[in-house]
Amino acid sequence: MASPEDLTGAPASLYAARKGVYPKKVDGFFRRLKWAIMAVTLAIYYGTPWIRWDRGPYAPDQAVLVDLAHRRFYMFQIEIWPHEFYYVAGLLIMAGIGLFLVTSAVGRAWCGYACPQTVWTDLFQHVDRLIDGDRNAQLRLANGPWSFEKLWKRGLKYLVYLTVAFWTGGAWIMYFADAPTLTHDFWTGQAAPIAYGTVAVLAATTFVLGGFMREQVCIYMCPWPRIQTAMMDEKSLLVTYKDWRGEPRGSVKKAAAHPGAFGDCVDCNQCVAVCPTGIDIREGPQIGCITCALCIDACDGVMSQIGRPRGLIDYCTLDDAASEKAGGAAQPVRNTLMRPRTLIYLGVWSAIGAAMLFSLGQRTRLDLAVQHERSPLYVQLSDGQIRNTYTLKLRNMEARPRRVAVTVDGLPGAVLWSETGSRGAAGERIDVPLAPDSVTRVKLFVAAPGGGPARQDFTIAARALDGDPGGDAETIQFDQSEAGQ
Amino acid sequence: MVEQKRIDEATGTSTVGHEWDGIEELNTPLPRWWLWTFYLTIVWALGYVILYPAWPMIDDATKGVLGWSSRGQLEQELAADAKRRAPTADAIAATDIVDLPAKPALMQAAVQGGGAAFRVHCVQCHGAGGAGLKKLYPSLTDDDWLWGGDLGSIHYTITNGIRNPDHPGTRTSQMPAFGRDGILDPAQISDVVSFVRTISRQEKASASSARGATLFADNCAVCHGAGGEGGRQVGAPKLTDAIWLYGGGRESLTATINQPRNGVMPRWGERLDPVTIKMLATYVYSLGGGEKVPAAPAAKGQGADGQP
Repeated sequence: MASPEDLTGAPASLYAARKGVYPKKVDGFFRRLKWAIMAVTLAIYYGTPWIRWDRGPYAPDQAVLVDLAHRRFYMFQIEIWPHEFYYVAGLLIMAGIGLFLVTSAVGRAWCGYACPQTVWTDLFQHVDRLIDGDRNAQLRLANGPWSFEKLWKRGLKYLVYLTVAFWTGGAWIMYFADAPTLTHDFWTGQAAPIAYGTVAVLAATTFVLGGFMREQVCIYMCPWPRIQTAMMDEKSLLVTYKDWRGEPRGSVKKAAAHPGAFGDCVDCNQCVAVCPTGIDIREGPQIGCITCALCIDACDGVMSQIGRPRGLIDYCTLDDAASEKAGGAAQPVRNTLMRPRTLIYLGVWSAIGAAMLFSLGQRTRLDLAVQHERSPLYVQLSDGQIRNTYTLKLRNMEARPRRVAVTVDGLPGAVLWSETGSRGAAGERIDVPLAPDSVTRVKLFVAAPGGGPARQDFTIAARALDGDPGGDAETIQFDQSEAGQ
Repeated sequence: MVEQKRIDEATGTSTVGHEWDGIEELNTPLPRWWLWTFYLTIVWALGYVILYPAWPMIDDATKGVLGWSSRGQLEQELAADAKRRAPTADAIAATDIVDLPAKPALMQAAVQGGGAAFRVHCVQCHGAGGAGLKKLYPSLTDDDWLWGGDLGSIHYTITNGIRNPDHPGTRTSQMPAFGRDGILDPAQISDVVSFVRTISRQEKASASSARGATLFADNCAVCHGAGGEGGRQVGAPKLTDAIWLYGGGRESLTATINQPRNGVMPRWGERLDPVTIKMLATYVYSLGGGEKVPAAPAAKGQGADGQP
């Protein structure tokens, strides 16, 4: 009986070791674009927590701060409270639609340029080139025996990896506390254990994912490439090897000897050598391609050298590929970017952003929430009046102390008092002092003459007393007999 | 079964030979690190089994070398919590209950703690919100109090309970069973009921209520006061207001005079610690009926004119 290998042609092992990727240094338009995007994204990541923003004496002066302890999220002039979390949801939806927009227009541009995994892998690969040398030196070192040179280079490299990883984790925690204070506390050993733990975990993941896993994260772990294939269509720009122009491959010498027999590809393998995920783009679109376009730079460089037209590997849509193959011309890039699908995404994206900005401009910074005490729903008092109890939550979302007046409307003869007052001193309004940037809970007693309707709507209003416009009101029920009884 | 060995054209990888609706499976080897990750999870699990309780035995489970248990963790957390609360509890213990409202932060802590204790010990009779139960247990949320509604009185009531026969300090009084014991005959009781319903403005004055007024002055005023204003010293309810624990209708009043109810409450002083009782008192006080009478004697003085 034949062994399974004979029947199926299975490989010798069920498991495959990682093939090392040693991308070659390259220069060109896309490489420079990648440098620029890397510089901007890293600068944003490391620099943002250090921007100061004056919000007055009662609020932190860090421009971007996720204050988990006090449940506030500060972003420049915008302050988000937990009950306003829908703004964060809105941002996430915008980020999602933004990805649809980018993917439908230019394919996996997020993966190739802005994804943190790509940015840090690029950074670590640059460290490799700085210490071990370019591709050939790296290969020689990796395949060679252990020597003193290999030992100190590996040691130094991992030390640099660790330093980068540590700074990556260290920058992250700055978003969650006052950055200068936290830095001081961190180095003097006074920061919270969670700060050290977070730095350790993020440093470890950066070290492993950026230093060693690299392209395997994109190929085996990341769900996004699987989703992206559904987001792209025939009009999305992809990095494409124009096989109709390149094939069959042949060296410059062969091509000179047999004019017309060979395509433009000289099989120099530069596109493979520079690829940070180690793929051969000439095999067609594949999951390992993050469309970073470094192969375009490499190929263009070679084509220029041998005097052939650039663009053998180029950004190209599937539609254009078909039309070029048939001898037609490619669509201008403008038509690829501006088409109904991208415009609709852009429209939805902008509409959500505009709606959020509008709502941010409209929101009040004094919020009232009323909860009716249900146990008991109402209390009969000895003089026959009916008293209902409400819990008011007054949110003063401004960074200064304020006073508000609480009044009731639509309940004839009603008087109100709070737990700090008494019925004897009850009146038509109570004044409540509010601490800056905080929620004040007030137990409100409302008494009204009995004998009215069993259930009646009325309004509790909170109005700022410091001459500010702004206030909030909520309509709620006044009960004097249980429903259904 | 004899499948042709096939190499996939696009990838150059061999196929495993299975085909579903034209879709073939490539024979791609798994990354080796994936295998190592799997081994690592096994090592992790082994370590876990050694360190923590894992294997179920007949009446218990293996202990694990760390000695960890969920009960032990709970005890640790409870101890930490008790330690965290100790300063507040000490401050409440050191403060006279009538001084608590002057310290808002402490008062608030006491009310919250009292609320928690209330939900454990008091809701069975007085209800989750303290509204009581008609014909059985008094509401603690209104402004009508049998024994006084200031902090001191409430505290005393909770500590000593009501009608605990063996305890000298307990709140005690007994309304005679006027009907059952034959002190008043049914016609007289009907007249008294008429009078009580007149002073509580449920009925108009009548010949019956006029006869009842005399009977009331002779039999009831000693505790309930000449005008029915109640007497807190003996827990005699006010009869002129709109609040009736056992109902203000003729039938209910007749039943009460025939055979009074004389409700009881446990003496919590022997079951709960002093701080909890103090917190309970502040909670009951905060339910909306708390009276600002500064000290207990003044509250008792209100019913003085009904005393013998």
